[in-house]
Amino acid sequence: MITMEHVCKTYRIAKRNAGAKEAWKALFRREYDEIRALDDVGFTIRDGEMVGYIGPNGAGKSSTIKILSGILTPDGGTVLVDGRVPYRDRLEHAREIGVVFGQRSQLWWDVPVIDSFELLRDIYSIPNSQYRQNLEELTQRLCLEELLRTPARQLSLGQRMRCEIAASLLHGPRILFLDEPTIGLDAVSKLAVREFILEQNKEHGTTVILTTHDMQDIEALTSRILLIGKGRILLDGTLEDIRKRTAHKNGFGNESGDAAEKPDGESGGAAGGSGAAAVGIDETVAELYRSFDL
Amino acid sequence: MKKYLSFFRLRFVMGLQYRAAALAGMVTQFFWGFMELMIFRAFYRADAAAFPMTFSATASYLWLQQAFLALFGAWLLENEIFDTIMNGNIAYELCRPIQVYDMWYARSIAKRLSEATLRCVPILVVAALLPEPYGLAAPASFPHFLMFAITLALGVAVTVAFTMLIYVLTFFVVSPQGLRIFFTSATELLAGAVIPLPFFPEGIRKVIELLPFASMQNVPLRVYSGDLSGVEMGRAVFFQIFWLGALVLMGKLLCRTALRRVTVQGG
Repeated sequence: MITMEHVCKTYRIAKRNAGAKEAWKALFRREYDEIRALDDVGFTIRDGEMVGYIGPNGAGKSSTIKILSGILTPDGGTVLVDGRVPYRDRLEHAREIGVVFGQRSQLWWDVPVIDSFELLRDIYSIPNSQYRQNLEELTQRLCLEELLRTPARQLSLGQRMRCEIAASLLHGPRILFLDEPTIGLDAVSKLAVREFILEQNKEHGTTVILTTHDMQDIEALTSRILLIGKGRILLDGTLEDIRKRTAHKNGFGNESGDAAEKPDGESGGAAGGSGAAAVGIDETVAELYRSFDL
Repeated sequence: MKKYLSFFRLRFVMGLQYRAAALAGMVTQFFWGFMELMIFRAFYRADAAAFPMTFSATASYLWLQQAFLALFGAWLLENEIFDTIMNGNIAYELCRPIQVYDMWYARSIAKRLSEATLRCVPILVVAALLPEPYGLAAPASFPHFLMFAITLALGVAVTVAFTMLIYVLTFFVVSPQGLRIFFTSATELLAGAVIPLPFFPEGIRKVIELLPFASMQNVPLRVYSGDLSGVEMGRAVFFQIFWLGALVLMGKLLCRTALRRVTVQGG
């Protein structure tokens, strides 16, 4: 179980105007802007849930994931993951979670993937029998046989991402954080990754928290969606809720850019939910962002 | 402990696969060794009595230095650690049940050992075959050889503990370039990599000998030929142990501060 209550996080960013004179001035006195990355964020996620965490760039998604995985300390509020405070009990917490950062790599670049896996086995002190069992299962489900003996640098992005996901699950974590796991993947790899995540959730009851900009990921994977914008949780519901909400607000008004401002009218309620469902998920979510003025 | 050994093993194995780099390194070190030897020979010819070490001891010093360059070269830093810090991959290392300092320490030692393993044997063999007094002489005595091995290990440990400070300080700056240049050039000169420390003027030498740099290659390379022995050697070993403890402690404290800053400011 994961609970966050009233979590705040502010970053300080040095700012100055253009030009040499301003740069010179900044040598002696810097001006800082405060960015509220998280502003009173709170939610609860039960064991075995699969939650999509969406929001535009810079909304605070990564900050949330980092706080939940113990990398970042919030300024205020309480965070509990299975009774642990992640950033205080970092080492203990790390054993129980798996994290995939889609834009980073945890595999050793110049050695075969299996070497990285064996290092992880020792880092997490995974008993040999359990390691072999997990490895076998992951190898089979993610089709890794051919890849394990290849150096990570010679894998394609899709192949590498499959290995990255396997690497994060070797120690059998109960919670899996996925930060943009499908970024840059081709259609086949995306489907493979999605299918795997679904299975993992179903068969092992792994709690999955997924951030992504790919709304098809959300559509395929998650039953519950948290929308964050400007550091606040704006919406907590199902995909259906989002569709209803946008349909309700704007009808079909997705064709024009300034749809959010258009008064609701002709396309009306009767078509409602099913009508919006015919509209692509990307348009629906874009509409949702606009409706919150993000 | 096992997890850090495992890091060591993986980095060691990884280092062994760069064959071309090892070959190129060896050629450079042969060339460099000969060049230095020729320069010193010219000096010794002018007046051998004016020098603090015998020519044979100096030749042994140079060849051991070239053979074990990978162990002590201050500029041979682990680029991947800098990358991790600069590009934020440190996020992965922070969500693992490990101490970052210990892990990087194990990695750095492994990198140096694997590179030295590939390079030292051919250089040592050829240097030993060179005629007196240009080659690598036999160690002064068996006890000296034993102490050479011990101080060599301590010297590497001190060198790595020192480079750890460079890695950790990288957390506080935008680019590690300046830190690297400053620390590596200071180390090169003060550790006796350019000329052995006994060649420095008396007053300066006395100060340098108190610094951590003198506890790196200076001790083992001089113990081997017997240039450093008896009470002086004991003192040098004491300093090695002292600096190892002090540098590790400093590095760990600094690392803790740095990580707290990272985790507070965001990766």
